[in-house]
Amino acid sequence: MSSVSTVIAQRVARHIHDGEIVNLGIGIPTLVADHLPDGVDVVLQTENGMLGVGPTPAEADIDPNLVNAGKLPVSELAGASYFSSSASFAMIRGGHVDVAILGALQLDEQGRIANWSIPGKPILGVGGAMDLLVGARRVIVATTHTAKDGAPKIVSSCDYPLSADRSVDLIVTEHATFAVRDGGLVLIDLAEGSTLEWVQENTGARYTVALKQQTEVAR
Amino acid sequence: MVSVSTAEAALELVKPGDTVMVGGFGLVGAPLTLIAALLEAPGARDLTVVSNNLGEPGRGLGRLLPTRRVRKAIGSYFTSNREVVNAHLAGEIEVELLPQGTLAESIRAGGAGIGAFYVRTSAGTLLGEGKEERVIDGERHVLQYGLKANVALIRAQKADRLGNLAYARTAQNFNPDMATAAKIVIAEVDEIVEVGEIAPERVDTPHLFVDCLVLSQKGINP
Repeated sequence: MSSVSTVIAQRVARHIHDGEIVNLGIGIPTLVADHLPDGVDVVLQTENGMLGVGPTPAEADIDPNLVNAGKLPVSELAGASYFSSSASFAMIRGGHVDVAILGALQLDEQGRIANWSIPGKPILGVGGAMDLLVGARRVIVATTHTAKDGAPKIVSSCDYPLSADRSVDLIVTEHATFAVRDGGLVLIDLAEGSTLEWVQENTGARYTVALKQQTEVAR
Repeated sequence: MVSVSTAEAALELVKPGDTVMVGGFGLVGAPLTLIAALLEAPGARDLTVVSNNLGEPGRGLGRLLPTRRVRKAIGSYFTSNREVVNAHLAGEIEVELLPQGTLAESIRAGGAGIGAFYVRTSAGTLLGEGKEERVIDGERHVLQYGLKANVALIRAQKADRLGNLAYARTAQNFNPDMATAAKIVIAEVDEIVEVGEIAPERVDTPHLFVDCLVLSQKGINP
């Protein structure tokens, strides 16, 4: 993955607390586990039916029956468990997963996310994204600030279909971090080297600014 | 009492127009020997297939598509199989897309004698459009019917001669739910052991759900 992806993963990792149960989406979110600060240990849940997911195994230790939701080989940590799909989504929908970290196609100025379908293309995949959005206690979005063509991903209103009527809690990009408070976006952090002007030019939604520079220093 | 059969003989139980549940998350935990036999089964026409994915292009359930045996697919994620997208665009296959958790719960409900349930997932989105709604605890929920099948094709690691099943790691996924939701449940397993060799507390699917066991063929083209 690119250095931008790594920066985003590092910036997301600061918002994860020790002991939390975390579900990682496909793409940039999977990198977050590699960037947790010292002293922060989490338990990873994967919706295909496992709690206690461990890191990518060595080639010789790959078990074709042990994969994450991205269908990539993983390992089993002490204390891990396996369960059915219905039990896995009972955990997710039932509010037993502390944090879901998801990628995004677009976000609107209420913090609602579109991350499953592109207009004009057949709607043929949704996976577990909608379940995680309604069920996870906190939802953190890990995304590039702009799309590949440079267009803002954070917009006043999404062109793409929404994934849920619930707002996410935090939006983390390589340039900025927005919290969703009282139904609106609040810019709470600028990445090192980024500026308020850049963020303003590349964000298509209204937001307020409440930087907490002193407390947001990278560890 | 469970029967032990070849895949070919077991798949004769599939009739035209049947709804068939097929376990697996992608190819992991998919009954590849049974799927290969389904390709040749005389009654496997005009099927509704319930499965999280339709395999991958030319692999697993993906092999069924070119044979035009599937009328409708119910699942949560078909995007990774370009052939499903193309078949859908060509009007060759109907697709019902459900959120993955709703899919799993509808199978669980179907097997548990629950006709339908209300769920928050997809309320207020395109996938929830047209579904009956109810506000519960101040939040919109949509009505989802349970799913049942004529036949379930599932994959376990081990069975005993009664049909008790134990699964391997994340190869479990949809298999235990589907084992409860079909009139005829055919389980593909790596080995069949004597009764008592799977400890009672290690039984994932009790034998009353299982009708037929088929030994997995090693090295089968997935």
